[in-house]
Amino acid sequence: MDVLSEIAASLRNGDDNRVGQLTQQAVDDGLAAEEILNNGLMSGMRVVGELFRNHDIFLPEVLLAARAMNRGVDLLKPLLAGGDVPTIGKVVIGTAKGDLHDIGKNLVGIMLKGAGFEVIDLGNDVTAERFVDAAVESGAKVIGISALLTTTMSSMKGVVDLVRERGLGGEIHTIVGGAPVSKDFAAEIGADAYGYDAANAVEQVKALTGV
Amino acid sequence: MSGITHFRPSTATPDRHTVLRAQGIPDEASVPERVAALVDDGFEIYSSTVDATGIRAEISIEEFDAVYRGEGQNAPRTPLEGIFPDAHGLALFAVTVGEAVCSEIRRLFKTGDPALGYTLDTIASAGAEGLANAMARDYQDTVSRSNPNASHVRVLPYSPGYCGWHVSGQKKLFRILQPERIGISLNASALMKPLKSVSGVLVAADRESHDFDIEFNFCTDCAGQECRERIQSVLFDTRGGQ
Repeated sequence: MDVLSEIAASLRNGDDNRVGQLTQQAVDDGLAAEEILNNGLMSGMRVVGELFRNHDIFLPEVLLAARAMNRGVDLLKPLLAGGDVPTIGKVVIGTAKGDLHDIGKNLVGIMLKGAGFEVIDLGNDVTAERFVDAAVESGAKVIGISALLTTTMSSMKGVVDLVRERGLGGEIHTIVGGAPVSKDFAAEIGADAYGYDAANAVEQVKALTGV
Repeated sequence: MSGITHFRPSTATPDRHTVLRAQGIPDEASVPERVAALVDDGFEIYSSTVDATGIRAEISIEEFDAVYRGEGQNAPRTPLEGIFPDAHGLALFAVTVGEAVCSEIRRLFKTGDPALGYTLDTIASAGAEGLANAMARDYQDTVSRSNPNASHVRVLPYSPGYCGWHVSGQKKLFRILQPERIGISLNASALMKPLKSVSGVLVAADRESHDFDIEFNFCTDCAGQECRERIQSVLFDTRGGQ
C-alpha cells in the first residue's frame, strides 16, 4: 500500500497519530502537499462520508476521522500555496437568531470542511443581516442556518426573506437544519434545502453549488 | 420559598448507553474500540469538571400564569396552558452541570478535537436532562408526602423554548426563581449560560392530563417530537399502585 492509501486508510480508522506520522513521511518523501491533501486526506474523508451516509459507521467515527484530518492538514498548511487549503466552495453557517445551541452547526461545519468546503462559521445567535452580509463579503454561495429550539426556528425565515429582499435569490442559497426542523418547514419558509443530518447537509450543499 | 440542591456527580452522570444512543449508536450495536475509548475519555473529563446544582421554588397557579404568559409571544395554543391551571402543584426549577464542562466542550472544538468535544457535549446534555428528571422525582416525592392520596399525580418538567412556550418566558421565570444564585445567567436572547442548563416548571398533575395529541400548529414543524417519550414515561409509571 502506498503512503497516500495508507493515510486514507488510517484516516478512515480515526488514527490521528498514524495520519500525522504518514503525512510527515509523505512530505519527507517529496510528495507535493496538494497531492497528499487530495489523494490522501481528502480521499480518506470521502470514503468516511460515504460510509456514514450508508450507515456503515457512526458519527463519532466521522469525528475521529475529522480529528485525524486536522492533524494532517496542520502539517500541510505551511507547505500549501499561501498557507491556504484549496477549497471547492464557501459556505456561511451559524445558529438562528436567539439560539445558542451550536453542536449541530459545529458538526455540519466539520463535515463540510471534510468535504473540501471553506466554512465561515458565524457562531451562535446570528442575525439575518450578519448571515447575508457575511455571504456577500466572502462570496459564499450557501448560507446554512441551524436551530434547536422550536421558538427560534421562526428566525430562519428572516434570513431566507432577506436574501430575496436583497435580490440575491439566484446567487445565494439557503439550507436549514436542526432537531426540530423538518423538510416541510424548510419548504414553508422558502429555504432552498433542508439537511436532515450533518452528512445529508453536505450532500445538499454540494447539490446547491453543483460540485 | 426556594431551595438549592448540590447534586452528587453521580446524579448528573448519565449511563453509557444513554450517551451512545445520543450519538446514534443503538444498544445492540458493537461499539468500535476507538469510540469506546473516546467515551471513556469523555466521562473522565466530565467527572473532573461537573458541578451539578439545582434550584427550585414552589409557585401558585396564579403566579405561574404570569410567568407562563411571559412577554406575550407564546403560540396561540399550547399543551402547557391546558395542564397547569388544574395542577396539584407547580414549582419553578433550574439545574446546571456547571460552566467548567461547557468551557471544556468549546475548547475541544476550537482546538481541533471535535470527536472528544462532541462526546463531552452529549454526556453533558444527558447529564443536564438527568438533573431535571432528578428535580422532578424529588418534587414528586414532596407532592406524594404532602398528599398520600395523590397516587394518580405525576410530575413532568416543561421548559420555555419548547412546545409553544416561548423562550422569552425565561425572563419572568428568572426574576422569580433567581437561578443566578447557582451561577445560571440569562442573555439578551433569553438563553442560559452555562449552556448545559435546564429550566422550567415542574407540573404535578393528574397522570392523564399530561397527555396531549400532536395537533398544535408547532407540532407539524417539529421533527423531534420527544414529547411522546416524556408522556409515555408518566402514563406508564405505576408508582403508587395505579
